[in-house]
Amino acid sequence: MDHLHNYLLHLADNALILGHRNSEWCGHGPVLEQDIALTNISLDLLGQARYFYQYAASRAGAGVTEDSLAYLRDTREFKNFLVLELPDSDWGFTVLRQYLFSQYQYLLYEKLVDASDQEIAAIAEKSLKEVAYHVRWSKEWVIRLGDGTTESRKKMIASWNILKDYVGEFFIASDEEKMLTESNMAVDPVTLREKWISLVNPVFEEATLEFRLQKWTQQGGRQGMHTEHLGYLLAEMQYMQRTYPGMEW
Amino acid sequence: MLNHVNIFYYGDIPDAGGSASENNKNNFAEVNWPLWEVFIRSKQGLDHKHVGSLHAADAAMAIENARDVYTRRMEGVSIWVVRSEDIHASNPDESGMLYEPANDKVYRHPTFYNIPDSITHM
Repeated sequence: MDHLHNYLLHLADNALILGHRNSEWCGHGPVLEQDIALTNISLDLLGQARYFYQYAASRAGAGVTEDSLAYLRDTREFKNFLVLELPDSDWGFTVLRQYLFSQYQYLLYEKLVDASDQEIAAIAEKSLKEVAYHVRWSKEWVIRLGDGTTESRKKMIASWNILKDYVGEFFIASDEEKMLTESNMAVDPVTLREKWISLVNPVFEEATLEFRLQKWTQQGGRQGMHTEHLGYLLAEMQYMQRTYPGMEW
Repeated sequence: MLNHVNIFYYGDIPDAGGSASENNKNNFAEVNWPLWEVFIRSKQGLDHKHVGSLHAADAAMAIENARDVYTRRMEGVSIWVVRSEDIHASNPDESGMLYEPANDKVYRHPTFYNIPDSITHM
């Protein structure tokens, strides 16, 4: 498959995997209002994933559909960032991960709006408003919990101690990104790093959390080298299509 | 009298056995966010209408919660929230004294005028 196909899958997988993780909170949120808020975000992400999968499927041709891309690929074929597949330990982890990713995704889509590929530009433009709200919602929670009670603060620090090993992966350019950036079909993520830090830093400050982005990072999601958690996630998410191939409802 | 009733709140159901009722009763104000009434304006030019209530820690969260709970199906373009405890209501027991005197005063309705043909939309 070509570079653009891989890039589209990467964009779609990010949205799908985080959307699925968030959807696991459905019915388990701390309060009804936040349960609905996070479910809304899940649905936004699922919608974004669908657009990218549909575009990838239309280019790939015979036999490939948005469903086959989402439900019939195995772990090694998924190209999402590792951080998005990590299981949720608590609400603090969920909102902090959402904030760190949404802030990255916002900067990315903001650039993709000007991509030379019309489809990608259109999807980015539509998604940008959704992501702007994700940033606002999650940022609010990071500040509340970081600068909250002793307990909430402890959990936020513990969450960051896990997440800090993963978020650096956002800013490593993959082979296809390097190739596609030349024709302005993708964004070189390295160029987003400084801006991202300058936006995240004050939020951590307000949340009284210490923020330092280390050089070393976990990586490999783009190449299909995932954590053990993705297999369990896919087993649950893909169960229906794998057990009853081609089923519709 | 209601001591035998176990009160559970959303997301606060104990894993196994036990009852959260004592805890919840004693710390109701501490463990629950205050209640807010939500008003939504459905489109430009129409007034805000009461649509329901929700829990939130402060006004900013109340507006975000209202957005997520009450505008998911394109219901609105503007949100007002107000603390439920700040709303003062008339007493239903006094409705006779308050409202019935108006019953026999139909002349207060502007229905006894002949409207000129040139006036429309009345």
